[in-house]
Amino acid sequence: MLAFTLRRAIQAIGVMIAVGIIAFSMFRFAGDPVNQMVGMDTSGAERAAIRKSLGLDDPVIVQFGRYIGNAAQFKFGVSYQFRLPVTNLLIERMPATLELAICATIFAMVSGILMGVYSALRRDSWLAHVFQAVSLIGISLPTFLIGVLMIYLFSVTLGWLPSFGRGDVVHIGWWTTGLLTLTGLKALIMPSITLGLFQMTLIMRLVRAEMLEVMRTDYIRFARARGLTTRAIHFGHALRNTLVPVITVAGLQFGSVIAFAIITETVFQWPGMGLLFVQAVQNVDIPIMAAYLMMVSLIFVTINLVVDILYTIVDPRLRSTVSQAH
Amino acid sequence: MTEPVLSVRNLQVEFAARRGTLRAIDGVSFDIAKGEVLGVVGESGAGKSVTGLAVIGLIDPPGRIAGGEIRLAGLRIDNLPPEEMRRVRGKRIGMIFQDPLTSLNPLYKVGDQIVETIRTHLNLSESAARRRAIDLLAEVGIPAPEKRIDGYPHEFSGGMRQRVVIALAICAEPELIIADEPTTALDVSVQAQIISLIKRLGRDHGTAVMLVTHDMGVIAETSDRVAVMYAGRVAEIGPVQDVVKNPLHPYAKGLMGAIPTLAGEDKRLVQIPGSMPRLSAIPRGCSFNPRCASAFDRCRVDRPEPLSRGTQSVACHLYDTAPAETAA
Repeated sequence: MLAFTLRRAIQAIGVMIAVGIIAFSMFRFAGDPVNQMVGMDTSGAERAAIRKSLGLDDPVIVQFGRYIGNAAQFKFGVSYQFRLPVTNLLIERMPATLELAICATIFAMVSGILMGVYSALRRDSWLAHVFQAVSLIGISLPTFLIGVLMIYLFSVTLGWLPSFGRGDVVHIGWWTTGLLTLTGLKALIMPSITLGLFQMTLIMRLVRAEMLEVMRTDYIRFARARGLTTRAIHFGHALRNTLVPVITVAGLQFGSVIAFAIITETVFQWPGMGLLFVQAVQNVDIPIMAAYLMMVSLIFVTINLVVDILYTIVDPRLRSTVSQAH
Repeated sequence: MTEPVLSVRNLQVEFAARRGTLRAIDGVSFDIAKGEVLGVVGESGAGKSVTGLAVIGLIDPPGRIAGGEIRLAGLRIDNLPPEEMRRVRGKRIGMIFQDPLTSLNPLYKVGDQIVETIRTHLNLSESAARRRAIDLLAEVGIPAPEKRIDGYPHEFSGGMRQRVVIALAICAEPELIIADEPTTALDVSVQAQIISLIKRLGRDHGTAVMLVTHDMGVIAETSDRVAVMYAGRVAEIGPVQDVVKNPLHPYAKGLMGAIPTLAGEDKRLVQIPGSMPRLSAIPRGCSFNPRCASAFDRCRVDRPEPLSRGTQSVACHLYDTAPAETAA
């Protein structure tokens, strides 16, 4: 088990170095950063001095080594537009994004699994058909459109929910949370649903398909022949067997949720990392873009690792293949 | 005569298909007494497994029991409400399926699956149920049961898994066990062990056993009586020695004749010509008539009803017209 985790961790580091190369090359292909930083009237000598002070005249490989070395310590340089360390900017905005992503994922998983189980077990009921229709909408309508429509309905027309921002937040150490205030919670509702809707439909359809598949297996038939209660069969035996693929998708989708948060955050003016990234793109603020890229990949890689480990907890068969593997 | 454990009368099972209804079981009747093993034999699609599933109430839509009745120790069970039928399953009727590799839920320890079943049917505490599970595993011949109880299904071999499945089937002391091809998926050497285990359990507990198989060897070894099924009907039923040594129905004759023997020289293996009709195209009259060498005019029009011939019962017109001149 330990060897397995270690091996996966080493693979993860390899992936991160590859992403680092891409992030680093952004600096070299997106124009001369010095031009971004200085005004029109800066002399050539001053530019050269800035270039030297930033280490931009070193050989590429040295610069790359320095970049990766710094990145490993979570130092991503200074934002061109804010003149502040990128790391501080990201950390400051991370709680907003993470809270949004976690709420969206919880929303997606809870309602996705419930709807999926229901529509698998009561396949021909009208509610199952409604769920199927809703899931089609969730899959085909783009996120921003759903967000805008919800703002129109709940903020503009009904005036129930705020149309932008996080509401009041409470500081707990460096973390800021909107979960402890009423306005914060209200502000979370629409962005979470908007962000989670796609995942929810995905999970619902997956759970439904898996559940139907599992219900046809021999061990479910045998469980029925053993006279177990319907409840035990559906939720004890069938649901657990559908969870392996669901964990995979939900886990991997958590990365996408953070990445897709860019759009939702823009629509709702949510003060998170996605909004920071969009502003960075508009201003060609490469250190932020590069750091964001690295961070999103780090999240993906970490989730992958966690999902792999979770598998072995849910499915004992993998546990033994894992321990046999070393 | 004491009441049979299982009594099936004129059972009919239908499947609703796109083009009309298919009748998979058409008028099957048989009894199984306490402690008796009834072998049910026939080609694939003859309706053996469907009969077993009908008895335990697991015919899924679009299939349904369309007629007849099934009685378990006198209690009619074919029309019980689902919740009451659930209580019968596992408690009074145990079932063993063909493939032990897929019969157990891979995510749960075998002990947990046994304990779960025991506690569903018997009012036992967790620890009492666990002790009983260990006893059951010992009884079905699993070595070191107190250790193996915490194993997962994938840690057991095929034969051992089938033993676990059997332990699950008998864990609430059922009156009837339905074994649907319990040995088909196993190695020949393991088959013999499983067969003798089922036989021993049936004897020790006085359990009636309905053994569905297409293996005549297994039937001859295990069963007291045998029912030969063809196209959803019972062609012949009787004590196993009589049916094997002196089959009456032309299909049963063909089936017994088709068993290869070591003594036989380099003869070609005997076959029954043709194949069983599809459910959508069962011929008029006797469903076996297109393949039957002794078929005459009446066989193509009239459906034969079961006739008593000594210890055996046979559904064939050959025995109706001339009771004096026995099997020609």
